[in-house]
Amino acid sequence: MISLKNISFQYPNSDFHLEFGELAFQSGSKTAVIGPSGFGKTTLLNLISGIYTPQKGSVAVNGKTINRMTDSERRTFRLTNIGFIFQDFKLLDYLKVIDNILLSFRINKAQILNKTIRMRAKEIASLLDIEDKLNKYPNKLSQGERQRVAICRALLNDPSIILADEPTGNLDPENKQKIMRILFDYVKDRDSSLITVTHDHELLKDFDRIVNFKELYTNS
Amino acid sequence: MRQSFFLAYKYITFHKIRSMVLIFSIGIIVYLPNGLKKLINESEAQMVERAKSTPLIIGAKGSSTDLVINTLYFQQEKTENITMKILEEVNASGFGYAIPVLSMFSARGFPIVGTDPDYFNFRELSLVSGRWMSFVGECVIGSAVAGKLNIGVGDSLVSSPENFFDLAGVYPLKMNVVGVLDPADSPDDHAIFVDIKTNWVIMGLGHGHEDLTNNYDPTVVLQRDSNVVKAGAKLYIYNTINLENMDSFHFHGDMDSYPLSSLIFVPKDHKSATIFRGRFESGEFTQQIIVPADVVNNLLQSIFRIKQIFNTVFILVGFATILILALIVTLSIRLRKDEIYTMFTIGSSRLKVAEIIGFELFILIGCSVIFAGVLYLLTGFFVEDFIRNFII
Repeated sequence: MISLKNISFQYPNSDFHLEFGELAFQSGSKTAVIGPSGFGKTTLLNLISGIYTPQKGSVAVNGKTINRMTDSERRTFRLTNIGFIFQDFKLLDYLKVIDNILLSFRINKAQILNKTIRMRAKEIASLLDIEDKLNKYPNKLSQGERQRVAICRALLNDPSIILADEPTGNLDPENKQKIMRILFDYVKDRDSSLITVTHDHELLKDFDRIVNFKELYTNS
Repeated sequence: MRQSFFLAYKYITFHKIRSMVLIFSIGIIVYLPNGLKKLINESEAQMVERAKSTPLIIGAKGSSTDLVINTLYFQQEKTENITMKILEEVNASGFGYAIPVLSMFSARGFPIVGTDPDYFNFRELSLVSGRWMSFVGECVIGSAVAGKLNIGVGDSLVSSPENFFDLAGVYPLKMNVVGVLDPADSPDDHAIFVDIKTNWVIMGLGHGHEDLTNNYDPTVVLQRDSNVVKAGAKLYIYNTINLENMDSFHFHGDMDSYPLSSLIFVPKDHKSATIFRGRFESGEFTQQIIVPADVVNNLLQSIFRIKQIFNTVFILVGFATILILALIVTLSIRLRKDEIYTMFTIGSSRLKVAEIIGFELFILIGCSVIFAGVLYLLTGFFVEDFIRNFII
């Protein structure tokens, strides 16, 4: 379970101020976060993942208070518990698909890149139908394929929480459905939590819960 | 560390052109001061060595630098000649002995140096094949001449005419190669040595032609009396000297007035050298006598000043390069903000990002140093040829 209480967060040198009372996400749930731009939806994901820590309040995941962890602990937590998916995929253009998928194992000592991980990467790539793209560079792939590579990278750690920031924002309707189906299937199979920031109202019917940031502000 | 190196390597190899430009730029900046230093040191060493091994040079008054360059390196700068009479006077002085040098012509790009056998003893030159020249029209060639022209004993070389339109001037002479010198790592390797008389034949002071005593062809013999026979342009002049026509070769005029470029003077001892130089100072001789080492040292002082200017320029260029490199790194980090953010979100630390960028710089600078090293090695390989072709 993810629990955020009495949160107050402000970026340095900025007027933006995120403040709300309480927000919780159940394990195994699929939550869509909606609301106007600039209301702090992406900031919420960054707070849950421990990239940012709030000035006031607490962020707890499965009973562990993230904002009391050291930087190093938060990184390890992020690496082992969270899978991040972005609207613009954030793949590194100079790495082949396979190396992009394995990236998190190359940038943190807490994870060891071995044969098993490589096998798992290939298995997930096969599930996402990109096993023939592993030795290509991202710029040779379609938008939908790139997002599947990004999902593959996010799922490689077998995360208990998937944070997706507008994952279908750059995709055509067919790919949108495909990508969301992959994420929903994963959540269902692993009993993971999915928190998705989206502006796409067509997708909302498939989520268990919808958090409207506009209302969150009004309520708090 | 290994993973950071992997990521850095991937980044550099993906951006090939950018990386190559950086490697070449930094490499050249690293190489230039070192390469130039090697070049100057090597040329200094070569020039000083040759100059130090030559005690004194006597020549016509004028540029002492040209005289030294002519006598030591056979560069054939235009200087005034001296005469054979000086050679006799100098030898008669009793302070040592003089070796004549006459270097005015060339054959296939290599200088023809007229001298006498003492020169080879003085320079401690030895033959790798053949024999020393004994007759007019024979030559002994340096090892580089033999190598570059692919000729040896039994072959021949034709002197290059100075001016095709000067019909009364220098005629090409076919010279027989009778010996090839051992490599000496000096300008001697690049010279064609002949007897001084051979050089005079090339100059037109001596020649061989068909016998006129029994030739009564009026188109050949224009005038004949008891002492003089005047021949016309139809007279056949030999352009090669061999056993059959050797006797017909002769010199006209007073041989004391025949030209020499300079004399290498080898004094008996230091005292003799000092007294002998005093005679030139006092005006007993109208020529100049110079210590080649002094002239070369003066020349090197100028080169040394140029080296200092170069060094200053390279320090400034190097400083500018470091600034540009820092700017490139800063701009690169800014451009890669998204990439760095991605790394943070999936678990990287700032230190790890710094490590990756550090490895990128390490690879770039490492490759630049290797590139500079290769250039430096190539410089070492070609430096002697370069010095010989462009400096001395």
